[in-house]
Amino acid sequence: MRITCPICGERDRREFTYRGAALPRPAEDADLDAWHAYVNLRENPAGPLDELWHHEMGCGAWLKVRRNTATHEIHEVTLASDAGLGGAA
Amino acid sequence: MRLPGKGLIAGGKPVTFSFNGQHMMGLEGDTLASALLANGVHLVGRSFKYHRPRGILTAGSEEPNALVIIGRGSHQDPNVRATTQELYEGLSARSQNCWPSVEHDVMAVNDLAAPFLGAGFYYKTFMWPAAFWEKLYEPLIRRAAGLGALSGAADTDAYEKAYAFCDLLVIGSGPAGLMAALTAARAGADVILAEEDSRMGGRLLAEDEEVDGMPAHLWVAEVLEELSAMENVRLMTRTAVTGAYDQGTYGALERVAHHKPRRHSLKDSHLPRECFWRIAAKRAVLAAGAIERPVAFRNNDRPGIMTASAVRAYLNRWGVTPGERVTVFANNDDAHRTARDLAAAGVHVAALIDSRHDAPDSEMFPVIKGAQVCDAGGRKRLESITVRSVAGEEKIQTDCLAMSGGWNPSVHLTCHLNARPTWRRDIAAFVPTPGAVPGMVTAGACNGEFSTAGALREGAKAAEQSLEALGLKATASDLPQAEDDPYRISPLWEVPGKGRAWLDFQNDVTVKDVQQAAGENFRSVEHMKRYTTQGMATDQGKNSNVAALAVLADATGRSIPETGTTTFRPPFVPVSIGAMGAGAAGQGFKPQRFLTSHKASEERGAHQLEVGLWYRAAYFPKAGETNWRQSCDREVTLVRNHVGICDVSTLGKIDIQGPDAGKLLDYVYTNTFSTLKVGRARYGLMLREDGFVMDDGTTARLGEQHYVMTTTTAAAGQVMAHLEYVSQALRPDWDVRIVSVTEQWAQFAVAGPKARALLNALLDDEIDSDSWPFMACGDVAVMGVSGRLFRISFSGEEAYELAVPARYGDALFRELVSRAEGLGGGAYGMEALNVLRIEKGFITHAEINGTVTALDLGMQGMMSQKKDFVGKPMSRREGLMAEDRAQLVGLKPIGAVKQLTAGAHLFNPEEPVERIFDQGYVTSACFSPTLGQSVALAFLSHGRDRIGEKVRLVDHMRGIDALCEVVEPQFYDPEGGRARG
Repeated sequence: MRITCPICGERDRREFTYRGAALPRPAEDADLDAWHAYVNLRENPAGPLDELWHHEMGCGAWLKVRRNTATHEIHEVTLASDAGLGGAA
Repeated sequence: MRLPGKGLIAGGKPVTFSFNGQHMMGLEGDTLASALLANGVHLVGRSFKYHRPRGILTAGSEEPNALVIIGRGSHQDPNVRATTQELYEGLSARSQNCWPSVEHDVMAVNDLAAPFLGAGFYYKTFMWPAAFWEKLYEPLIRRAAGLGALSGAADTDAYEKAYAFCDLLVIGSGPAGLMAALTAARAGADVILAEEDSRMGGRLLAEDEEVDGMPAHLWVAEVLEELSAMENVRLMTRTAVTGAYDQGTYGALERVAHHKPRRHSLKDSHLPRECFWRIAAKRAVLAAGAIERPVAFRNNDRPGIMTASAVRAYLNRWGVTPGERVTVFANNDDAHRTARDLAAAGVHVAALIDSRHDAPDSEMFPVIKGAQVCDAGGRKRLESITVRSVAGEEKIQTDCLAMSGGWNPSVHLTCHLNARPTWRRDIAAFVPTPGAVPGMVTAGACNGEFSTAGALREGAKAAEQSLEALGLKATASDLPQAEDDPYRISPLWEVPGKGRAWLDFQNDVTVKDVQQAAGENFRSVEHMKRYTTQGMATDQGKNSNVAALAVLADATGRSIPETGTTTFRPPFVPVSIGAMGAGAAGQGFKPQRFLTSHKASEERGAHQLEVGLWYRAAYFPKAGETNWRQSCDREVTLVRNHVGICDVSTLGKIDIQGPDAGKLLDYVYTNTFSTLKVGRARYGLMLREDGFVMDDGTTARLGEQHYVMTTTTAAAGQVMAHLEYVSQALRPDWDVRIVSVTEQWAQFAVAGPKARALLNALLDDEIDSDSWPFMACGDVAVMGVSGRLFRISFSGEEAYELAVPARYGDALFRELVSRAEGLGGGAYGMEALNVLRIEKGFITHAEINGTVTALDLGMQGMMSQKKDFVGKPMSRREGLMAEDRAQLVGLKPIGAVKQLTAGAHLFNPEEPVERIFDQGYVTSACFSPTLGQSVALAFLSHGRDRIGEKVRLVDHMRGIDALCEVVEPQFYDPEGGRARG
């Protein structure tokens, strides 16, 4: 598999480590259900999914990768810093 | 038999080799198979299950029968296909799966027992008694089954892995592949042309035909000359593309040195045996050709029965005729060329038997139409065939039968991303489904286009399509002239009749086995495959899959497309584990990280301990010390009484800088760091987002916008990735930068009452307790070298950690140890470090085991209420705040005990030692020389409320049962006065 890092360009997937679904962090005072969903619940779709990948053996950038889990087709790669995952600061 | 002057290698250098100890001659350019046939050898090996005599079936990598062993000891290669092994001077091959010899194989008795050894026999036969399975049946089956064996000696050969990149990868160098490569290369694309054979040209090397008005092989040579002169082309022979992966990644195995003698020249001595390539190609053209399929009839596995195309290849490429009185059996026009070429070369063709009534006639050889070969005679070499027609049965004397059931396009790679091939009724074969692999187009025989002209046409077209996608334009050029005969076939999978007719030669699967599977309701092709083991040998069913599923379709009354295919998976040809794991054997699998003090530690006789990839000194034995405990106890005592030196560089060190550095630390730690004064360090606790403790460590503030974090050795990588994640993904608005400096600094603990005295003799400016109080930090100069000093303590003594750039580590360690020894101290290792911290109740990852909360550790006071931090919301969950959670306590044995052990479980003395009464577990334990007794750290339900109570410590593994008193986890100097000193 090859992933196009917005900083480094197209690289072999061995340079990246996988984290899981890219979900926005709830606010600190969000109810426990929201936090439970964020920490524990995953959709696990057979199809497109926003995921987090870390270009650990490259530039160190965290990436949001939209990947089809059934075909491994990669639709879009953006920097995680642009993904608004921090939720309400 | 070699035909003088015939073939592409005619006139080549003679090469001597041996087979089963017999010396023979071949020619340069021979494969082992062609050389054996030239020497009249047909019996090469024995079959998997029935130990039937087997010969050479094919002339390619799909060969199921002619497998041999080459080399001995650590160089022993089993299951080498004689059809792909190139001949070299001194090659020595021997038959496998036979004893005592291929001529007289004792296990051939299996063939007589065949009625009992049909599909699934071991499921039925070896059912009972159950106890016999492990002791008798399995060892028996394992000894009897299998093909070649490994020697048992470790493989000492070198393997390599490599990456390549290109615009267009062309797989296969037959007419389609060459035309595709040429078209793309002329347009300026970066082209890799990969060919599994030792020589490019594919079927053009095996056929007697013309391309562009010249013999086909000369046209090949012309194209290769043009290609090899182009800088944008890389020609890779002996390179089989083994798999298609995502985003245009292809795996390929290059056989680098298998065609060279072992004692090859010094120039070649650096060569690996094999190289596994990962090729990243923007586009790909699959021109993998097709594989001819045998016909199943009784005894169709006799040595001397080969595929028609293989016979043609041995004749036209290698100048060898596999027989002197050849017969041909076919259901298609293509196989007629075999008879034609043989007859033209002067070989006697006894008959061509064609199952079709409308087969073409020939003036060169007799054609028997509408007839089938229904049996073959001759055990170790074909002697005769029986031909059945409306006229009855007739026996024909022959020593070689060239058979053809038609061609199967090599669709394998197109199915590696889970696509299924499409059935084409007109050619009775599966062809690739368009778009099966993104970026790959198929051309030529692998696409079901079997004529040379068609292959050239499709190759050029595939290249043009690829070029368009690459934004390049093909230059107009005419296609070379070539034969354009239609491919006419009438399906024939099996010849009905008594006896066994082989489908899968390598796994000894017959038509009957497949029919039996269907009869026992293994009707799914995937079930049939596993029940009969058809297609599960090293050839992966290349010769048998389609015929087997045709037989299954017939037996279950379904069509072939309804029956479907099994899944094609990589690799296309067998790949040695050595090649796939190249670079990852031995230390490549587990690299070693050495400290700057490693050499000095070794010189002092230190015993090393593996900590992840790091090697750390466990203890430094002195003369007279006979076990580690004596050294450890001494080292603990010297720290408590004098001064000890320990290399602590393995701890993760992360440099954090920027205006928002403090904010980031406040966010990843439970406690506050933004308010920490410059020149001070603080202990911090880090949670995971689920509320459990992730790691701990001290972080020092070196400047207004500059912190240095330390992590535990084990979690250094995890914490670094976590900080990157938090700063990039969660708080990208904060201006802060993070970098790991673990390997840039050598850091040593200087611990003990004499630590300051030692340092003051070394530091350019002396320190005292006022300028350097507990938890102070800052820059210092050590004998003129700039370093950093942290007054932190993991031992409970007055202690410092002195850091210098790594290049000074070795010198500083030696200096520190020698000065410490002058003060009655010395170096201490991991064992003493561990005892010192247990005595103080300091935690490590033995305690931070992933199930522990700050509350469990008694560190709830460090959870700031004033700010958000990672893990805060989830740490408030009911279950994480529960009173009955196991809490950190200390344990001291009551009375004399052997030892306390980590991993032991705790019980109330009056309750049974059963799981449901479990009260907790021990995480760390040691003998404390300071206290003169064993002590332990444990997690105990309601622990903090039970100080002074008794618990029973039980370790079934090590036979320990001890009564202990629950105490505070700080065993020594609980007020911490010594560290503040």
